[in-house]
Amino acid sequence: MRSGLTISVLDQLEAEAIHILREVASEFERPVMMYSIGKDSSVMLHLCQKAFWPGRIPFPLLHVDTRYKFPEMVAFRDARAAELGFELRVYHSRDGDDDSVNPWDLGTVRCCASLKTSGLLDALQEGGYDAVIGGARREEERSRAKERIFSFRDANGQWEPRRQRPEFWNLYNSRVNSGESMRVFPLSNWTELDVWRYIERESIPVVPLYFAAKRMVVERNGQLIPAGEGTPLLPGETPVPRLCRYRTLGCYPCTGAIASSATTLADIITELEQTRLSERTTRLIDHDQDGSMERKKREGYF
Amino acid sequence: MTDLLRIMTAGSVDDGKSTLIGRMLYDAGALHDDHIASLYKGARGGERPDFALLTDGLRAEREQGITIDVAYRYFATPRRRFIIADAPGHEQYTRNMATAASNADLAVLLIDARQGVLTQSRRHAFICALLGVPRLLVAVNKMDLVGFREERFREIEDEYRTFAVRLGLKNLCFIPVCAVDGDNLVHKSERMPWYGGPCLLPYLEDVYVAGDRNLVDFRLPVQRVVRPDASFRGYSGTLASGVVRVGDEVIALPSGFRSSIRSIHLGSTALPQAVAGQAVTVCLDDELDIARGDLLVHPGNVPREFKELDLMTVWTGDEHLVAGTVLLIKLGCQWIKARCESIRYRIDPDTLRQERVESLGMNDIARIRLVLYRPVFADPYSRNRQLGALLLVSASGNDTVGAATIVERTDYDAELKTDRAVPERREVVWHHGQVTLADRTELLRQKPLTIWFTGLSGAGKSTLAFALERRLIDMGMACYVLDGDNVRHGLNRDLGFSPKDRAENIRRIAEVSRLMNDAGLILITAFISPFQEDREMARGIIGNERFLEVYLETSLEVCEGRDPKGMYKKARSGELPSFTGISSPYEQPERPDLKLDTASLSIDDCVIMLQKSVRERCMGWET
Repeated sequence: MRSGLTISVLDQLEAEAIHILREVASEFERPVMMYSIGKDSSVMLHLCQKAFWPGRIPFPLLHVDTRYKFPEMVAFRDARAAELGFELRVYHSRDGDDDSVNPWDLGTVRCCASLKTSGLLDALQEGGYDAVIGGARREEERSRAKERIFSFRDANGQWEPRRQRPEFWNLYNSRVNSGESMRVFPLSNWTELDVWRYIERESIPVVPLYFAAKRMVVERNGQLIPAGEGTPLLPGETPVPRLCRYRTLGCYPCTGAIASSATTLADIITELEQTRLSERTTRLIDHDQDGSMERKKREGYF
Repeated sequence: MTDLLRIMTAGSVDDGKSTLIGRMLYDAGALHDDHIASLYKGARGGERPDFALLTDGLRAEREQGITIDVAYRYFATPRRRFIIADAPGHEQYTRNMATAASNADLAVLLIDARQGVLTQSRRHAFICALLGVPRLLVAVNKMDLVGFREERFREIEDEYRTFAVRLGLKNLCFIPVCAVDGDNLVHKSERMPWYGGPCLLPYLEDVYVAGDRNLVDFRLPVQRVVRPDASFRGYSGTLASGVVRVGDEVIALPSGFRSSIRSIHLGSTALPQAVAGQAVTVCLDDELDIARGDLLVHPGNVPREFKELDLMTVWTGDEHLVAGTVLLIKLGCQWIKARCESIRYRIDPDTLRQERVESLGMNDIARIRLVLYRPVFADPYSRNRQLGALLLVSASGNDTVGAATIVERTDYDAELKTDRAVPERREVVWHHGQVTLADRTELLRQKPLTIWFTGLSGAGKSTLAFALERRLIDMGMACYVLDGDNVRHGLNRDLGFSPKDRAENIRRIAEVSRLMNDAGLILITAFISPFQEDREMARGIIGNERFLEVYLETSLEVCEGRDPKGMYKKARSGELPSFTGISSPYEQPERPDLKLDTASLSIDDCVIMLQKSVRERCMGWET
């Protein structure tokens, strides 16, 4: 450190994200931020508070609720909104009222397409948003590794990986025609560890599901599947209490827990520093087929 | 906390770039088990992991077996954090390479040892030079296929180094590797004992890059004005360069208004200082009219103002660029319209030869000139990688059609234009030194000018001259005032107020102005200079293109009412025999460059108008 002129990796990532959030707020007419309640959303919310302090967050937060979210997530979401006073918009997919749209009957691919992807596209169209801020990180998945920070979507909300706009320096091209939109990813350059280290450094509240506790699960294909939320059990399966935690959070039927005794942020960071598996191995949706994420993304999924 | 290194990689399709990255991550223990498993799963062949699969992401690419866009990889060792921007190598993806290069601290370029230096390898070095990537690491790959021979490695190194040095690339490192087997990536190769240099990863962990940041020139492009209520007014933005501390004096551009930093905030935390790269909000002591796109800088270190930009550009658009094309540019936090004045030349990146062309197509690299619809403050890219860079965007289709960097240039045309007739004086010959006007113009970043105030005593010549001098110095311009009274204390103390002495007074002032202009300075003179003939003489000595005549048309009544030195009173009483306006005539200029009435305009208003004229005359010095 030379008289405070060096800034740490986390400080650099924070500054980059704040810069991006401010660009979006300044250059778009109807921006919105996706709020999925997970750790990345918690970090983004915190970054927004910093970026626009002492003012209010100048855009609404949008949650696409599939009705398959963990109850703890919904409670956390509502508590945060009440405490911080940001504008929260909750969108329920039209298909969500139809009980036949569920991952057990449809399979995860079609369920996601219906509840998440088309739900999202409907929500965005209804809101007429020209910029949609998301918490995706390039590190998460191979097709995400190629996405721009400002990622252009045509009037149908689709991504064309072959025709991405080149992106130079930190000069972002925010210009879109009516109907077109931009997906913006302020956490593009963050890793899972960065997210947790930042949460620890900044004391950011997260959903308690991230911390280890005894939970009723069944073991299926090497994954710990939460029981007791309506997930149908296969013949021979009996829920057992296991000390576990969630590494990522999504819909409960499609999110596996990991055996873990990490009950504090420091524990989680230590665990991640030693893990041999990447983050999305606990998300069942990504294993469906080779290149599944890229296909979903072309269609509009985040 | 460790620091962050942003790397770009480039190589031709079969150079083994993806393999190199994959293998390095694998050997460094930076891969997760499920990633490793997927390398086996997707491998053509089966039993041996295909490391290239790690960075080849998109379906279409996997089908074709090539990388077609920049892919970002993140990894860490105990010593450092890394972001790798993995760019496709061949010509049609020049724009993707430029994307990766624009933020890189270092480039890793691959050369196939069998093929040697290809035109493409030269293109990669060229793009790195163009986008100012500070250092190059050249991995000579597939050494196994040339029998690990040192001579082959040295041959390639010599050839490539010679080319790179021509481009001005100085920090070069060459490492012989065999990526697929991991030789010299993380562990020293036993098959190349002749190589005594560092392995790839240790080099990347050790290379010093913190010194690359510009911590000298404080530049804060205002991104947002934060005004949640009447009690708070702040300016948010990311420092493009430099350092700023609470209490620092700052100037807002383009207005030129001054204030001081009252506080600096990062979120709700108050900071004593902010450095390049930090995203902060600053509050000032005064309420200034500042908007998004404005720039806060230190007085005495002000960027140059450009009406035209000379640029190196990588054209990335589908549509062609021709002279006359109207574009949008993004620089800092502002969008400005611009017209392409000319394509100076296109560069063949393989031979570095300049070619004359009428239009630019996708992936062309060229020197162009843009005329801006509104002037901007900016730095040359060589000095400031943030405020010297701009985005070119199609005005019709919104696509990003180019990346461009501001070129610093020395233009000897300027000298030719301002050269004027030497006064004919017998045996005296004008002696030309070794320093040209172009050199001085380059040094001071301004064109010389003499601002010649004329008007009655009490019209405000000296007041305005000194106020203008203050403002110009604050703007970073070198200037000096020659004031009537002051000069008569020394240089012209032998002169009185007769028409003849007044003429000689003006001649000497004009000669001094001319010398100071020749030294590159901006001169401001504050003399009544009542006679048209004398002013024309001064114009002749100084040169028409350097002479800005400013007439203070404040009326005699107002001036006499002010009478700051009690001169009018004395003149009225007959004590002063030839006092202009009372006992000696004042001839109004016929066509002054600027007329100001200090009875109706404030000093600040006058200074703003003067500043505008001076800027127009002094800043476009490149042309």
